[in-house]
Amino acid sequence: MRMKVLGIIFAGGRGETLDLLTTKRASAAVPIAGKYRAIDFTLSNMVHSGLIKMGVLTQYSPRSLFDHLGAGKEWDLDRKHGGLMLLQPYIGADTQLWYQGTADAIYKNITFLRRSDEDYVLIGSGDHIYTFNFAQMFSYHFAKGADITFLYKELNDSYNPSEYGIIQTGEDGRIVDFVEKPKKPMGTKGFMGVYFINKHLLMDLLYHSMPHGQNFDLLLDVLLPNLQRLRFFAYEYKGYWRNIKKGIREYYRTNMDLLDSRIRKELFYSDVTIHTKLKDLPPPKCTNTAFIKNSIISDGCVISGRVLNSIVSRGVRVKSGASVENSILMQDSVVEEGAQIKFSILDKETLVRNEKRVIGRPEDLMVYEKGSVI
Amino acid sequence: MTKGVLALILAGGQGTRLGVLSESLAKPAVPFGGKYRIIDFALSNCVNSGIYKVGVLTQYKPHVLNAHIGIGRPWDLDRKGGGVTILQPYTFETGNVWFRGTADAISQNRDFVDSHNPKYVVVLSGDHIYAMDYMDMLEYHISVRAQATVACMNVPLTETHRFGIMVTNLEKRINEFQEKPRSAKGTLASLGIYIFNWDYLRDLLMDDEENQESSHDFGKDIIPKIVQNPDDRLFAYEFEGFWRDVGTIQSYWEANIELTHPIPQLNLYNPNWRFFTRTPEMPPAFFGENAVVVNSLASEGSEIYGVVEDSIIFQGTYIAPNAVIRNSILLTGTQVHEGAQLDHVITAEDVIIGEKAHLGFGEWAQNTYDPKVYDSDITVIGYQAQIPSAAKIGKNCVVHSNVNHDDFEDLELKSGKSILHKKEA
Repeated sequence: MRMKVLGIIFAGGRGETLDLLTTKRASAAVPIAGKYRAIDFTLSNMVHSGLIKMGVLTQYSPRSLFDHLGAGKEWDLDRKHGGLMLLQPYIGADTQLWYQGTADAIYKNITFLRRSDEDYVLIGSGDHIYTFNFAQMFSYHFAKGADITFLYKELNDSYNPSEYGIIQTGEDGRIVDFVEKPKKPMGTKGFMGVYFINKHLLMDLLYHSMPHGQNFDLLLDVLLPNLQRLRFFAYEYKGYWRNIKKGIREYYRTNMDLLDSRIRKELFYSDVTIHTKLKDLPPPKCTNTAFIKNSIISDGCVISGRVLNSIVSRGVRVKSGASVENSILMQDSVVEEGAQIKFSILDKETLVRNEKRVIGRPEDLMVYEKGSVI
Repeated sequence: MTKGVLALILAGGQGTRLGVLSESLAKPAVPFGGKYRIIDFALSNCVNSGIYKVGVLTQYKPHVLNAHIGIGRPWDLDRKGGGVTILQPYTFETGNVWFRGTADAISQNRDFVDSHNPKYVVVLSGDHIYAMDYMDMLEYHISVRAQATVACMNVPLTETHRFGIMVTNLEKRINEFQEKPRSAKGTLASLGIYIFNWDYLRDLLMDDEENQESSHDFGKDIIPKIVQNPDDRLFAYEFEGFWRDVGTIQSYWEANIELTHPIPQLNLYNPNWRFFTRTPEMPPAFFGENAVVVNSLASEGSEIYGVVEDSIIFQGTYIAPNAVIRNSILLTGTQVHEGAQLDHVITAEDVIIGEKAHLGFGEWAQNTYDPKVYDSDITVIGYQAQIPSAAKIGKNCVVHSNVNHDDFEDLELKSGKSILHKKEA
């Protein structure tokens, strides 16, 4: 069944919790796993599920995201039918304001919904790291005759349920209760921020609530007040999933998870290929003095020093006698001779001068902004 | 200035001396340098030089090449008005012939060239590895009012017998051409890179087409003919950069391995002269807990748990713990299982090397299958071949494509021997 589904990806938030990594970019544009940006995962998932029309809602510092997405060529979204639409706040005859919230963001672009001939909308977020084909979830949505279907994950010990939206379901999978970031424990079914909704229903709800509304969150203020009246269902996701917006620690952990070959296989070698903007760099070069263990090294790197348990992005130079351990080095960073780096995150184009030491601790990571010189 | 320029890349060659490596695909499509294919260098040079009108002439087994080039997107050659066009032999009213030679290939596509109405055509070979700005050469071509210009490189006098030698006067005007001479009168070797005024070349090609004795080849027929005519202005353009013909297994191996040297002559990392290619999308390379990788290139999607020294590792390659790879080139999708040892080996795409197999051992011996092609230390494993566990394979051997466990009668293959897949044998 071809999915006549319109994709909407929220990519406008800063993700304040990511602190220095998002001073100049939205959290959806944060580099991850050596060569990707966070939004690549949701975008690729949607494309491989058969969606051909997608809107990306942007607001906070979108330049880096625009640069990355372009016309959507890398995701095969540069097309005549459908394709990628970047939805940035705008000044119009009757609107002067930034997006006030997720509901407002969609409401201001409701023409995008109205003009598309898709009957369903799949809503996702640009800062989630997972690989998933939505086809089965869509069949489930259809079979249950659901108005809205939420994707959820059974949260294990590595997640703190009080940081997620927790759902409770009846026997048939229908959602009976939902609490955002519950203070008291109420189960482990964590909502992943991904859901199917019938397009006309979404439009109706927005038209109904937005013109007079005071609160503008799509989930909390527009959808959930109808939990009893509408048919909300839950579909379980069983794979690897992380939301990097939960903070620097979560971001660091997600990167380090990729050193586990099972997680790497699941994310990158399933039937869903994760696409990203290509840079056409040569393969990484390990010189005579290189010493690399348990690390990911991207294209365009030249490694002459020690790299242990680290994620190294494209075009990085680690010079002879330098040592990098348990760290994330983003694109085009340079670690000069004799420098030492431990438990640190160096954003793009950071230069670590020779003999300098950047030593963090597992519980207290050192983070340097893009273009820092140490 | 680049608007009136059209590049034509000759990519129909079989590359017989690359043996199994070019058996199932044209030589320009043979992988090179960890993620590229040979033709990427000519194509990237074109776009880096600002030439966005390119014709690629194909003939021998073009499928891989055609899929690789596609509509030219990786090179920004998917353009309105120009871009890349693949020119395949075709039938016409009076019959059909294959391209009879490199000159005939262009001659048969005169209409295509005319449709772009170029003032100059750059004729290139898709077989060479180099970085060159064709605009510098064109400026030279114009400044000396040449009708034809041949790019040349000074080679040692001891090497002249391997090249076409251009004998020039002081102005670099060519007055004699020696094809692989025993005693050369000069050291300027042709690199197979030509610039012609199109109206001039067009006439030459039409004359050549009628000539029954001609083999319709640029090096053998067209250039000697120009030299014969003292009024025609044929010049040599001296090129002083990196240029390699990777026509033999030894030279293919050397040109690849050179990339692992501390400062190779061919700079893949130059941001102002990048080489573009079409590759499968894979995550970055992973280096395992006990991996030792030195003096090597390891491309995206490779997972390395063993030892790699002085080698080129292509995409999606798996190297198990305790495997040892030295002085070798592993093309895309090669899997090397635990404890295997490879020294001076080239594995083609999707080769599987069984546990504790040992490739490249013992003393050198002359190859018995085809000593003209296989005449080095290097053992070559063909596409999709499977080497059984604990097999021992010597030096200068060849294991043909699709060979599997059943084809090995004995687990030991002495130096210089070969194995064919039974269906083909």
